Amino acid sequence: MRLALREALLSFRRAPLLSALSITTIAFALFVVGLFGLVALNLHVALQHVEQRVEIVVYIRHGTPIEAVTTAMSDIQAFPEVDSVTYVSEDQALARARRELTEFQGIFRDLAQNPLPASLEIRLNPGYRDAQHVQAVAERLKGFQFADDVRYGRDWVQKLDRLRDIAGAVGLLIGLAFAAASVIIIGTTIRMTVLQRAGEITIMRLVGATDGFIRFPFLLEGTIKGAIGGAVAVGLNYAAYLVVSSTLFQGDFFTPLEAVAVVGFGMALGLIASAASVGRHTRHL
Amino acid sequence: MIKFTKVFKAYPKGTLALRDVTFHLAKGEFAFLTGHSGAGKSTVLRLIYAQDLPTEGEVRVSGYTTAKLSRREVPRLRRRLGIVFQDFRLLSDRTAEENVAFALEVTGARRGVIQPKVIRVLAQVGLAAKARAYPHELSGGEQQRVAIARALVNDPFVLLADEPTGNLDERATRGVVQLLRDINASGTAVLMATHDLDVVRAAQYRTIELQQGAIVYDSAVDDGNGGGRP
Repeated sequence: MRLALREALLSFRRAPLLSALSITTIAFALFVVGLFGLVALNLHVALQHVEQRVEIVVYIRHGTPIEAVTTAMSDIQAFPEVDSVTYVSEDQALARARRELTEFQGIFRDLAQNPLPASLEIRLNPGYRDAQHVQAVAERLKGFQFADDVRYGRDWVQKLDRLRDIAGAVGLLIGLAFAAASVIIIGTTIRMTVLQRAGEITIMRLVGATDGFIRFPFLLEGTIKGAIGGAVAVGLNYAAYLVVSSTLFQGDFFTPLEAVAVVGFGMALGLIASAASVGRHTRHL
Repeated sequence: MIKFTKVFKAYPKGTLALRDVTFHLAKGEFAFLTGHSGAGKSTVLRLIYAQDLPTEGEVRVSGYTTAKLSRREVPRLRRRLGIVFQDFRLLSDRTAEENVAFALEVTGARRGVIQPKVIRVLAQVGLAAKARAYPHELSGGEQQRVAIARALVNDPFVLLADEPTGNLDERATRGVVQLLRDINASGTAVLMATHDLDVVRAAQYRTIELQQGAIVYDSAVDDGNGGGRP
């Protein structure tokens, strides 16, 4: 083990240029993967913000006794899809309208009687904020006697659904493509190291080194390179994040655990790629 | 020790490298393998260290039948052999002692065991004073001595040498041949492939001559009628 580690580290010292080259390629490959991860992460956060605004509004028939509404509210609150039910009284609706619709302030001020109905605003739990569930809940709400009208942005929710599906599919595909590209790049750089050390491997074979003994330092080397490349990639991503955050918009960065996962992913890629190319190439030497 | 029985070796391109080769190298014996380049000398050696397998016939090396060796057993066989080449095959970025130690390290030997052994074999080949030198700081003859030290460090029962003097001048050649004789005198068998007939004549050992892959002369077998050769 110690010998293998020494051999692996020695190869960095013996071929600094090649090592730097492979670490750089791994770093950039992972940088792109990470960048995409960041985009996906921020898109996800943004979508969640939008999703939270998925809301169903039940307009309450004028003159409905408040007791009937409160009973209904606890019934609605018991729906598995429902996160919260808020009662907005007629007065509150008017106050809000005055506050938010400033251009009509004059009209609202001069009203003799409040024309706005009371309403229930219903928000759904995460996972139920898609067109299908929203519609199902809305249908159920229409069943209440006091429901004058039930509204939700149907088209809008459907568009959100599509956006979510596209983001998910594109994310998965591009992520996989870049991961595959990383494996190929790392495999190639490891193969270059193997070929560069072909003479050494031949000699190791002649003096009776086992396959495992010959391969282990390369696997270690690949894993170390993957780890360093992953760490560099996280650094590059952070730099990119800082630039974007200071110029375009305030986004989110990986949590420490996610950053460690990127490094771990680099290690795994390094290990897989070196195992694949070392196995194939040492056999011929 | 080493036993070839009716060995044929054909390479994929169709060339027949060995035809019906049969010989036996006894324990502690010294033998030359002679013949022009392409006569099959290197092939014989490659079959011994299981780099190649016979197409037909049987190669037995110290109780192993090479054709029956699994991939895992090949390293074990090679640890019992010492192999030396014309081009030395030293690692250029390691010192003489590191090159020798390398052969022990790959067998998983412990550090405490390695150092004394390395010093001993370097002294045996007369290079104790140059243990810290890198190959490029050594003459051809000295580099070959390092290679021989590396071959000896695992205490092989036989030393296989493929044209070990091919890249050396006359003086260095004499030195290396003498070293091989000394090694043989201490009990290790030596099988040396060479096309240098001066070396063969001077040493007066058993000679096996190959021509186009077939043994045409073996002094151990043909003694008497082939006395005048080579």
